[in-house]
Amino acid sequence: MSAAVDLATVWAFIIAFAVFVYVVMDGFDLGLGILFPLFPAKADRDIIMNSVAPVWDGNETWLVLGGGGMMAAFPLAYSVLMPALYTPMIAMLIGLIFRGVAFEFRWRTQSVRNRWDLAFAGGSWIAALAQGVALGAILQGIHVEGRHYAGGWWDWLTPFSVLTGVSLVIGYALLAATWLVLKTEGSLRERAYHLCWYLLFAMLAAIGTVSIATPFLHIQYAQRWFTWPNVVLTAPVPIAVAAVAVLLLRALANKQDSQPFYLTLGLFALSYAGLGISMYPYIVPQSITIWQAASPENSQLFMLVGVAVLIPLILGYTAWAYWVFRGKVRAGSGYH
Amino acid sequence: MFDSFDAVTLARAQFAFTMSFHIVFPAFSIGLASYLAVLEARWLITGREVFLNLFNYWLKIFAVGFGMGVVSGIVMSYQFGTNWSVFADKTGPVIGPLMAYEVLTAFFLEAGFLGVMLFGLNRVGPRLHFFATLMVAVGTLISAFWILSANSWMQTPTGYAVNAEGQFVAASWLKVIFNPSFPYRLVHMVLAAYLTTALVVGAVGAFHLLRDPHLAGPRVMFSMAMWMATLVAPIQILAGDQHGLNTLEYQPVKIMGMEGHYQSHPDGAPLILFGLPDQKAGEVKYALEIPRMGSLILKHSPDAPMAGLDTVPRENWPPVPITFWSFRIMVGMGFLMFGLGLFSLWCRWRGTMFESRLLHVFALLMGPAGFIAVLAGWITTETGRQPFTVYGLLRTAESASPLAAPAVGASLLAFIIVYFAVFIAGVIYLLRLMAQPPHPGEAGPPSDVPARAAGITPAVEGIAR
Repeated sequence: MSAAVDLATVWAFIIAFAVFVYVVMDGFDLGLGILFPLFPAKADRDIIMNSVAPVWDGNETWLVLGGGGMMAAFPLAYSVLMPALYTPMIAMLIGLIFRGVAFEFRWRTQSVRNRWDLAFAGGSWIAALAQGVALGAILQGIHVEGRHYAGGWWDWLTPFSVLTGVSLVIGYALLAATWLVLKTEGSLRERAYHLCWYLLFAMLAAIGTVSIATPFLHIQYAQRWFTWPNVVLTAPVPIAVAAVAVLLLRALANKQDSQPFYLTLGLFALSYAGLGISMYPYIVPQSITIWQAASPENSQLFMLVGVAVLIPLILGYTAWAYWVFRGKVRAGSGYH
Repeated sequence: MFDSFDAVTLARAQFAFTMSFHIVFPAFSIGLASYLAVLEARWLITGREVFLNLFNYWLKIFAVGFGMGVVSGIVMSYQFGTNWSVFADKTGPVIGPLMAYEVLTAFFLEAGFLGVMLFGLNRVGPRLHFFATLMVAVGTLISAFWILSANSWMQTPTGYAVNAEGQFVAASWLKVIFNPSFPYRLVHMVLAAYLTTALVVGAVGAFHLLRDPHLAGPRVMFSMAMWMATLVAPIQILAGDQHGLNTLEYQPVKIMGMEGHYQSHPDGAPLILFGLPDQKAGEVKYALEIPRMGSLILKHSPDAPMAGLDTVPRENWPPVPITFWSFRIMVGMGFLMFGLGLFSLWCRWRGTMFESRLLHVFALLMGPAGFIAVLAGWITTETGRQPFTVYGLLRTAESASPLAAPAVGASLLAFIIVYFAVFIAGVIYLLRLMAQPPHPGEAGPPSDVPARAAGITPAVEGIAR
């Protein structure tokens, strides 16, 4: 039994890791689409697209790993969460279709290029909003009976889930703005810096609001964060958020191109750790724990072998791909 | 507006619709990735510019098709949870790991090296670039391996046990992965992907040869494609026959559906060529048949007895009118491909391959044949598995999510509208690219990228400014 417990925890961390990598990698990628309406000039848009074109597909693969891995490692959670999040999930998929095909399609037409730019922006907005809404819907709890979701197809829609949806859009936009600071030059970079200021304050406000609202959802969340001795372990999280925010403000003021992006990743990591603190050990909050949802040991073990060997390899060649396309993106450097 | 349908029917329609759109793109990119690797290898070995031109020409087409495959594929990977949650819960422990391995060994490999393959020739040099192309090609094949293993397990489940929660669990991973129908399905599908791509390449070559038979690029691609048709089409027919015999052994009811064998034939079954299967009456009307030929093909003896659907409870019947016709369409396409291969061989031998307008028109018309055959084949094998998702063990009706019909209906409608808007545009862009002949000095991965010194970091530049 103890071996099974350990395995489920290991797998919870693996899935959490995959989802986190997805959030930060596709985060700036979706964020570029969110910021697209603010950069109407074709030359700017070409550079923005080219800054991520070689890697966007790899970024989205982490989403498939998160979903596929969950079906394999925690099939019960997957089969309860997906119907519960039906509408946001379908919306996300459709958003990802529009923005994904835009990468190639917008180069293939002169006459309706604006339409694919709109598809890129709209798809990114929808996907980001849907992911944030899904997160809120999971946190606020899901109606489960037996091994099934027992609610309706609009249960996910609450003020809280809208709040998390908007918050994630802001977060992705900040990631993208700092990415542009890292990857571009000239006036594009200047405008990105300008945006970072607004988006950083919006993001800090969003983190604060979600953090204050979450403990009111369930008494268990409040107890997790505020009771002695838990508070010794949880207090460093908001303190670290404040510290990173200060560093970020300084990096923006000093215009150190590479720092804002990595510090924003830090903000995401801390917020994500906060989520983990609230949820653990539930995978469907307050109803299904990771142990209840876990696949049999031999399924989890079979995959663990692959994960142990392949994830380091994947991180290696993904890093190589980013390294090949390192540095500032210049006009006309796509193959199109 | 969806009140007249139940949620399961709508979920099935959604799966069939999204799957049919999706399968077209991987079938094309599996073959095209290998073709690109071959073109680049020939360029590296011979140094002839025509191969680099062809590589760059097909690379642009590959990029558009691959993107559509990726986004339609993400939909598939989430659909198990959204529309088929009971199936996901019950089979997750067995086929979930197979799909996880597909992501880990194939999707990341393809995605990780795709950027370098598309944009990186001048940044990494030809050798490393060729390695990236190879990794993408290998990735598509590994992907086929895992997903066909998962699908085959649903057709011919072995190596499993059932736990207290009613979930399938693996008793032997080797038996799960290498289940009885898997090797046959893998060979049949990979060959189908290669043929599909060859027919598209051949049709594009033929299209340009019809306009100008002296173009170097189209001559090379047409010749390569016709070799594929000549060599692979007969192998595919043999592979398909073996796959059929395997199905007869493990899924005999599916064969009854494909052959329209409602009745048992104790002393030799006919081969029904054409007819109208009537599911209600349980017979094939207006059947045009060859006596005893069915037993001869399937059992290699004209008098061998063959059981029909009259030995199977009606609630376990597959929808015969669909399997019967989709099977015939697939086989018909296969023989047309075989004919094209033979005809091109004859023209090649006579030295008229680049002049014969008849051959070019034939090849042009056969351009979509591979897609039609792939779709018809998948419809045959998937509807032939009905009314089960896991053959004989888990019913389709008992696999669906506990969702209200309007939810499934609304998402189905959304997918239909989006897919038609997006993928029709994509196909138009693909055809537009194909309508251009490959030019000398075809633009591909950039040649005008300012080479960046690795030492110049963004931070230093920021300060310098």
